Amino acid sequence: MRFYRAHVLVCAGTNCSLKGSQAVRQRLLNELEEVGLADEVKVVETGCFGLCEQGPTVVVYPEGVLYCRVTPDDVPELVREHLLKGRRLERLLYREEAEKAVQTVPQVDFFRGQQRIVLRNCGVIDPESIEEYIAHGGYEALGKALTEMKPAEVVAELKASGLRGRGGAGFPTGLKWEFAAKTEGDVKYIVCNADEGEPGTFKDRLILEGDPHAVLEGMAIAGYAVGARKGYIYIRGEYALSIERLEEAIKQARKMNFLGDGIFGTGFAFDVEVRVGAGAYVCGEETALFESLEGRRGEPRLKPPYPTERGLFGKPTVINNVETLANVAPIILNGAKWYRGFGTEGSPGTKVFTLTGDIVNEGLIEVPMGITLREVVFGIGGGIPGGRAFKMAQTGGTSGGCLPAELLDVPMDYDELAKAGSALGSGALLIMDDTHCIVDIARVFARFFEHESCGKCVPCREGTMRIHDIMTRIATGRAGEKDLDNLEALARTMTTACLCPLGQAAPVPIMTTLKYFREEYDAHIKEKRCPTGTCRALAAPAATLAAGKGA
Amino acid sequence: MAREHEGAVDLGRVDEIVARHKGREGALLPVLREVQDAVGYLPQEALERVALGLGLSLSQVYGVATFYSLLYTKPKGKYTVRVCESAPCHVQGAQEVVDTLVRELGISFGETTPDGLFTLEKVSCLGVCGVAPAVMIGDRVYGNLTPETVVAVLQEYR
Repeated sequence: MRFYRAHVLVCAGTNCSLKGSQAVRQRLLNELEEVGLADEVKVVETGCFGLCEQGPTVVVYPEGVLYCRVTPDDVPELVREHLLKGRRLERLLYREEAEKAVQTVPQVDFFRGQQRIVLRNCGVIDPESIEEYIAHGGYEALGKALTEMKPAEVVAELKASGLRGRGGAGFPTGLKWEFAAKTEGDVKYIVCNADEGEPGTFKDRLILEGDPHAVLEGMAIAGYAVGARKGYIYIRGEYALSIERLEEAIKQARKMNFLGDGIFGTGFAFDVEVRVGAGAYVCGEETALFESLEGRRGEPRLKPPYPTERGLFGKPTVINNVETLANVAPIILNGAKWYRGFGTEGSPGTKVFTLTGDIVNEGLIEVPMGITLREVVFGIGGGIPGGRAFKMAQTGGTSGGCLPAELLDVPMDYDELAKAGSALGSGALLIMDDTHCIVDIARVFARFFEHESCGKCVPCREGTMRIHDIMTRIATGRAGEKDLDNLEALARTMTTACLCPLGQAAPVPIMTTLKYFREEYDAHIKEKRCPTGTCRALAAPAATLAAGKGA
Repeated sequence: MAREHEGAVDLGRVDEIVARHKGREGALLPVLREVQDAVGYLPQEALERVALGLGLSLSQVYGVATFYSLLYTKPKGKYTVRVCESAPCHVQGAQEVVDTLVRELGISFGETTPDGLFTLEKVSCLGVCGVAPAVMIGDRVYGNLTPETVVAVLQEYR
């Protein structure tokens, strides 16, 4: 094995790739060759590093110096200064403020507040190398489970850890595994839900791109725990790079016998197959996903029976989100007690969030559960760009609630966010500053649900359409007071009567905006005025429009 | 990716794909995706062959083919331009990118340019919200777009 005196990590996650990290990597290889350092410095392509806003990012080890917004033209100088002369290239260093320029990774505020369990290897290892995964403790947990633990002990450990489903519903993972383990059946399945469609969410994509083996290992452990021999990963058709990395990882794992027959010399056999979706948000709902995987329209089933009794192909099935599965190996390796050292009593562990919208550090972070919204937005997130005022944060993606500045100190965990009328959901965080109109964004939420409703149940099919219709009329100054009553009635009906969480959650974002930003609705309805000037139909001066009565 | 928008559909190719997947659990979706890659879209003759080959009713096959946004029962332009207009992209100015695309291509959503080059579609979320607003053309994603840069991107395909 060759030893290198320095490693240059280039982020090759989707966001950095879109900003040109491939060209940076190529230029690095060329330059190192040119200055005769190709044998001494290794360039590693990693998965997402998280700091997408500052991409493409490059980290040089052993010092851990972080360089941001690196272009191919910066590379010759970077190589000559840092790698030949041993001096940091000041102008590309990450800066929080002008005076704090010299930054290594652990010094950066963005990382200091984070606790990386799920993202332990993202941005650190080459995701296409199983050797690097193993070198970082990979497949050790699977080995421990298979050789030192009984299946029931694995389930018990998961239960004790308090891990809850990271796809949004927050159901206790250990309990789900126990139900499946106790259901009689020769054939059982483990399904990884990688149909990440919640707008604003891209964590599963980046986990799969950055550390695919972590998910495979979690699935194999789940298989052992419940007695399943086959796993499926159902993934969005749009996630080309994740699919490629997964296929490669599966091939490598089979070759080293972490998948296949007789894993770790035991009698346990397990294999994984990737199934690619074809574009339908509703397939993120577990029973719709089964329908799709079985070759039908992705329409949700009635529950019960629950998947652990009759799931995929009618067999007992454990279906877990990507992030949930990536938590499994560390829990088995370090124990439930260790895991409970992070997060809150009711929501142990960490949560991966994706930061989007009007926030300085757009990107991917992992923090202990229970951290406040304020710490995420103004600490790790770096605050609102241009010194503008915070207006609202939507937690949990488009199906989550919208929280105003007064609720910035809400602890981010399943129970506290639910109390605030919102949800932890997928971990998407959309931040808006005061230039945006609440009615306009609520109209966009409504349009989304109308488009994505599968049409199977009437309250959702008709309700999402009516909500979008009402929101459009409010945004164009054609709504009256009665419309708000209708919105409330629709919301009640849909929450109670819709078949699946899509329809049940569809009114949530709308109703929270109405609850917390009522005055903006009133301005649109009573005064025919958009306070931020966003709604185009109302862009004319308020006085002229206020004269006419709305339809 | 071979695309045939005119003339007879190569049903031999369809049969070959069906034969390769036959007996596999839940084969329909993978089969339809492969057939579409080979043919360019999912014409009725192809759907009939898939139904026959897999022993499914045509209504089930047609139902699936029309349910998913990445499956097409009508011919498409050479490149599908899929523009995201979900909330994260909207907040970052997607509406102007959408308006620019509609104006620049001279077509509405779901339509194909007369030269057969572009089909314009809306998409719910591409999962690249870190670089919003985003557009996907063919298999490639473009992020951090403005009305100016999206025109430049289109030029790459013309």
